[in-house]
Amino acid sequence: MPPVTRGAVTISADGRPVSVSAGVTVAAALLDAGISAFRRSVSGESRAPLCGMGTCYECRVTIDGVAHRRACLVTVAEGMHVTTAAAAGAGTDGRP
Amino acid sequence: MSAVAGSAPSARPASGAHETRADIVVVGAGPAGIAAAVRATEARRRVVVLDEAPNVGGQIWRHRSVDTLGTDARAWVDRLARTSADVRRGVAAVDVVVGGDSGDVTVVAERHLGGVDVIRASALVIATGARERFVPFPGWTLPGVTGIGGAQALLKQGATLRGKRVVIAGTGPLILPVAASLTDAGARVVLVAEQAPFQAVRDFALSLLTQPETLLQAAMYRLAFLRTPYAMGTWVTAASGTDRLTAVTVANSRTTWTLPCDLLCTGYGLVPNVEMARFVGCTTADGAVVVDDHQGTSVPPVFAAGELTGIGGVALAVTEGEIAGAAAAGVARVDPSLSRRRQALRIVARRMERAFALRQELRSLARDDTIICRCEDVRRAAIASFADSRQAKLYARAGMGACQGRVCGPALELLFGWQPGTVRSPLEPARLATLSTAALAGAASPDAVHSAGS
Amino acid sequence: MSARRADAIVVGAGIVGASCAAALARDGLRVLVIDAGGAALGTTAAGMGHVVVMDDSREQLALTRYSQSLWRVQSDAVRAASELEWCGTVWVAEDETQLDAVRAKQRLYRDHGIDTEVLDETSLLAAEPKLRPGLAGGLLVPSDGVIYQPAATMALLALARTMGAEVLEGMTVEEIVACGVRCGADTFRADVVVNAAGAAAASLTPQLPVVPRKGHLVITERYPGFCRHQVAELGYLASAHVMTNESVAFNVQPRGTGQVMVGSSRELVGWDASVNRRVLGKMIARACAFMPALAGLTTVRTWTGFRPATPDKLPLIGRWPDVPGLWIAAGHEGLGITQSLGTAALLADLLAGRDPVIDPAPFAPDRGVPAAVH
Repeated sequence: MPPVTRGAVTISADGRPVSVSAGVTVAAALLDAGISAFRRSVSGESRAPLCGMGTCYECRVTIDGVAHRRACLVTVAEGMHVTTAAAAGAGTDGRP
Repeated sequence: MSAVAGSAPSARPASGAHETRADIVVVGAGPAGIAAAVRATEARRRVVVLDEAPNVGGQIWRHRSVDTLGTDARAWVDRLARTSADVRRGVAAVDVVVGGDSGDVTVVAERHLGGVDVIRASALVIATGARERFVPFPGWTLPGVTGIGGAQALLKQGATLRGKRVVIAGTGPLILPVAASLTDAGARVVLVAEQAPFQAVRDFALSLLTQPETLLQAAMYRLAFLRTPYAMGTWVTAASGTDRLTAVTVANSRTTWTLPCDLLCTGYGLVPNVEMARFVGCTTADGAVVVDDHQGTSVPPVFAAGELTGIGGVALAVTEGEIAGAAAAGVARVDPSLSRRRQALRIVARRMERAFALRQELRSLARDDTIICRCEDVRRAAIASFADSRQAKLYARAGMGACQGRVCGPALELLFGWQPGTVRSPLEPARLATLSTAALAGAASPDAVHSAGS
Repeated sequence: MSARRADAIVVGAGIVGASCAAALARDGLRVLVIDAGGAALGTTAAGMGHVVVMDDSREQLALTRYSQSLWRVQSDAVRAASELEWCGTVWVAEDETQLDAVRAKQRLYRDHGIDTEVLDETSLLAAEPKLRPGLAGGLLVPSDGVIYQPAATMALLALARTMGAEVLEGMTVEEIVACGVRCGADTFRADVVVNAAGAAAASLTPQLPVVPRKGHLVITERYPGFCRHQVAELGYLASAHVMTNESVAFNVQPRGTGQVMVGSSRELVGWDASVNRRVLGKMIARACAFMPALAGLTTVRTWTGFRPATPDKLPLIGRWPDVPGLWIAAGHEGLGITQSLGTAALLADLLAGRDPVIDPAPFAPDRGVPAAVH
């Protein structure tokens, strides 16, 4: 098993540096950074993680330029760039 | 964990896929998958285990540090770590081909941030577990509304819930331990609403006491009772807030009331994750994969173990995993004590299912403008007149989005009685390159594929 | 109306059947539509939904252009429900030879009153930035469009219903008889029966030269603006034209949702609906060769469908002389969405004894198309 990761890593969340514990998921990091809208739905609603286990796809964000990644399944890494569609306005998920 | 401990040397062909040859591929590293992998490696088989999550354990044994695991869970996770199993985390199995010229099973998996794994094996153990059942109600799409297991998962992933006012609403014995763990994490659990009536919950709790197997579970259950404001025969009818949750409305048979809330966790039981099994043609009944005494499905050499064969809890999942792992490894005779244990646990599971049956009121919470399909924002009024889920999908796009109907499918079944539609590839959304890479890597012989299209 | 008796029975509630139902109902006929499954659940559901002019032959150009013009004059309600968007088509020329073909295509289209624009390498990339550099150019046809064809079919059926048509779904027509159809023990009677059963048309009228031509499609997540036009390689027509056992061609389409649909493949493998990973892989590789960035897009679904193919690539529209009362509206290959309204108008004109807008002779079902593929 991987060693328990301690200490802090810094990711960029919607352009803002956020320091989080190593080993947490992107979803946990964004929630703790006060981000409640991960994506905009097709009709423009704010959406955030529902299932926490990769099923619902509500936590989709852009990670290091790759759109539609499930934030609840990806562990943070130093220097990772995360963009929520909510912050991007129209964003990656549907029309504005 | 070394990359390829127990499997044959891997090739990296020009196509870019990372190919591995194994005896058994296990999809899902929850209790059933872990037990299957352990048993199969103990029978000296080369095993590859795939899981979407960053770590093994599935939902119930999710952890970032093994130190936080209970004794049983820790024992199995440690046991897996000591085997030669090649455990790959953070990969989604997106395509499966059973059969072909060699009779092999081929699983194509995509890493979340890039890369394709192609695993060929002589047998497949599907241990994809279960997901939560969501009942649509006004406001359920607001940020701040999660699953009960979802909140637990996010907590274990590192999210902070300290100081949050939490309402937990749903059904079944899982909700109390979750309430307890959220409380431990500093959340203020202001209400735990169990939709089942008092009588049903009491009878179930008492029945646990007659089952030595589940004494511990019962003890935990009663302990949790003492620590939370637990209301039976109570359910959430609506959530409100502008851009995030601020309040929930709750009802019982006599009255409704509204209370302020930062986090609403709902969970109305579990739904077996049968998509992969259905995709390769396995027979299902009542939403669960049908298996024989050796956990074999209707499609050899495919085995299924754990919640996808019927919701039964962690002990049953482990037992089924052990049986499946041994059977997939070709161990001729499965330990009869495992079979007896499986039978006893299944009886408890059926009893639980009856006690926590969903009340009729939950089927009519969604209003005309309530979103049913969250991926495509399809509202109830847009689909209510259709005859089945295929029509709802084709004419109104319900279930056409990224979750592929995993959330709205069970809701459509609950609201309208519609059965889920055909499972199509990819099993999870996958990059276009993954689909072509897999094909070019020879993931399938051209004319011997098991999955139906159309 | 009585379910046993109608003026016209339309067999098949795909987009062609739905269009015929609306056209015949508009002419005052009492129409009964019968479908073994449900509306738009067959070939219609599986297709791309393009409303395009195509010039495999003069006749094809005439019908596609006529039919496209009818999509323009549909009611606001039908167009809105169909999610009709005039995104245009860009035909991509890989090299100078193909660019010559593009210029010839422009002349042909000009002769038919269709405005186009020849693109050089630079303007091609400006029009579609995700295409790879180094392509010779292309042809922009701004007047082409895309619809969501299941919704369009529903809208056309709804229109037909407002004019008295009745739709029976989940009822299988087992036999077409003289002035009627047999469904199990029931027989429905009508002066006119229209076989609009798509890829299954030949199972009801065995002499029809219609065979299922399988195709694969993939649809992505939402990537708004990834491509702006429907984009296809010039070789697409050749792939569609030659009845080889297997071919792929680059063809992508921006959906109104922001999703990208990726095609196309053509196979003659009977009714095997399984996804053939090898063909799918070839199809995707072909698409990525033109638009490399496609490779990184997340797809949500793949599927297959069956085009009702005829040897001369023209649909069968008109009276079938061997069976009294029987008319055919089938065999549209990959152009059923485009050609549906034109087919229905042609059929309705012939039935009513009006002069059709385009010459019906090339589409006569008994025109004696060669049995062998060419």
